Amino acid sequence: MSLAQQFRTGDTPLPDIIILTHKLARAYDMGGEVVRALRGVSLQIRRNEYVAIMGPSGSGKSTLMNLIGCLDTPTGGEYWLNGQKVSDLGDDALARIRNKEIGFVFQTFNLLPRATALHNVELPLIYAGLGAKERRAQAAQALERVGLGDRMEHRPNELSGGQRQRVAIARALVNDPSILLADEPTGNLDSATSGEIMEVFGALHRQGQTVVMVTHEHDIAAHAARVVTLRDGLVATDQRQAA
Amino acid sequence: MPFFEAIRLALQTIRAQKLKSAFSLIGVFIGVMFLIAVVSIVEGMNRYMTDKFAGTLLGVNTFRLRQFPDVQIGETTDSMWRAWTRRPRISYVDAEAVARGIRVPVITAWESSTRATLTYGRKQAKDISLTGASDSYFDIRSFRIEQGRAFTAQEDQNGVPVVVLGHELADKLFEGQDPLGREVKVFDLSFRVIGVVEKQGNLLGLSLDKFAIAPANSPVKRWVNPPRVIDALAVKAGTQSEMREAMAQAEAIMRSRRHLRPRDPDDFALETADEVLDFWGKISRVLFLALPGLVAVSLVVGGIVIMNIMLMAVAERTREIGLRKSLGARRSDILRQFLVEATTLATVGAAVGVATGIGLASLIAAVTPLPASVAPWSIVVGVALGAGVGIAAGVYPASRAARLDPIAALRQE
Repeated sequence: MSLAQQFRTGDTPLPDIIILTHKLARAYDMGGEVVRALRGVSLQIRRNEYVAIMGPSGSGKSTLMNLIGCLDTPTGGEYWLNGQKVSDLGDDALARIRNKEIGFVFQTFNLLPRATALHNVELPLIYAGLGAKERRAQAAQALERVGLGDRMEHRPNELSGGQRQRVAIARALVNDPSILLADEPTGNLDSATSGEIMEVFGALHRQGQTVVMVTHEHDIAAHAARVVTLRDGLVATDQRQAA
Repeated sequence: MPFFEAIRLALQTIRAQKLKSAFSLIGVFIGVMFLIAVVSIVEGMNRYMTDKFAGTLLGVNTFRLRQFPDVQIGETTDSMWRAWTRRPRISYVDAEAVARGIRVPVITAWESSTRATLTYGRKQAKDISLTGASDSYFDIRSFRIEQGRAFTAQEDQNGVPVVVLGHELADKLFEGQDPLGREVKVFDLSFRVIGVVEKQGNLLGLSLDKFAIAPANSPVKRWVNPPRVIDALAVKAGTQSEMREAMAQAEAIMRSRRHLRPRDPDDFALETADEVLDFWGKISRVLFLALPGLVAVSLVVGGIVIMNIMLMAVAERTREIGLRKSLGARRSDILRQFLVEATTLATVGAAVGVATGIGLASLIAAVTPLPASVAPWSIVVGVALGAGVGIAAGVYPASRAARLDPIAALRQE
């Protein structure tokens, strides 16, 4: 952890650090009872890191994931993404950050069932305000990148699980985000297909993509170069490993 | 998300869920269809009444001096009726005095009608309107003679038994033979056919071509009225204002002839097409007053249905909303998506309603005598109402969708 910046409130992260959380906290009010899901997580992730976040259920990894993904706002601490302090941004600004900086990959793929692979990948670009022609070109390129150049006009139900997840990865990549944020990306896949998807992640990482992945499977986490373990809303371990 | 994109998406959704969409837009569809059809029929009848009923049947700028009104408007009580029948009838001398006394340029004609049976050989035409009239009657009714000629003032004066037939009557009696010069029997007396009037069409399903016109002084006078009495004196002026003037003069003449005191009511009637049109105007006003209510009811129902369908859609597509938000959709994007979807749904319903309404109107025009012509404003109003209902019905579901928390939405099964 020698490379980590000594961060204090009021500082600005170094340009190399793409994700920085400082004493990040999130408490939920559950009918009068306050549940502190995160109790001060300080974490720094550099550009082009491949990080797996692990932890038992209830450890706060989903909460952290939602905060990193700008789907939620913290109740305490700071969150910097790509040099921008996002922890105190409003709704629309967060939507913009999600659109530009974050590529989500979900356990259940979350593809629109009636739309073609191409149209699914185009979705983020629609919200980015791109014209139809540009969208089409960029979406096609993203699908090529995940090896689905020949499946563009297929609907999700005409694709295998692995292919669906690759469509989802293409969708996550299409806006050229700062981080690829994957939530149990292999949770719904068999082990062979899981391996296939992990290879895609590996390849993207080698191409320079920052990847943050939440998982509870050790053999999936093993693909990452760094594993952060949460316990009871705090970072328990933070280890680098040989990929 | 651009507006156009939202519409495309909405149409896609409608196409994907044809049955559900069809059910959801049925209320708007019925409302708009009703609006178009009823407006078309009422407007068509309006025009028809003005053009045809008033113009053809009664004559433009024409009034009639009668014992009592021929066209009864509103409620006629028994006592009114009895009072009317006690009135003196219009005599030859009344008619002559009025015709002579009017100072504005007018044409006048005697007019008396009855129902009669006409026979030619073995052919019979029953229930024909037989009119005894002056020669100028053809001008007053704007009848154009298709074949032969009308009778002359001379023939009328001398009571020559000639007759001019309506188009359909001539066809029926002579079936393609030349009717001119042939003798038809009316009440066992022979009348020579000298002319046929051009086809007049029909009014509310009743043929306007089943009539026979003979000179007022010909033997028809014996069957239509007691001696020296006529049904009406028809007076046609050049303009509306001249007609009003002539009416005032006719009233004055008649009042003095009947020795009425200033406070006594007229014991005769001066009838114009205006009364009929006024009456029609009242009916159409009532229809136009009732229409918004009927349309509003179905549109409100349609709106509620659409709102429910949209709430269902929001519930069903919670995950999709969560996904869209996670991909960068702002609240306003989601709001617009669902608002546009509801509006598109309603507008499609309205458009189908307009098309069906037009179809219904032309169907009614085709199979019934009721005329119908589609008013362009009703189409605009119909579509605008449909879209308005969509927006109104979409606001609540759309704002619910927009307010969804993306995390909770994504987690939903």
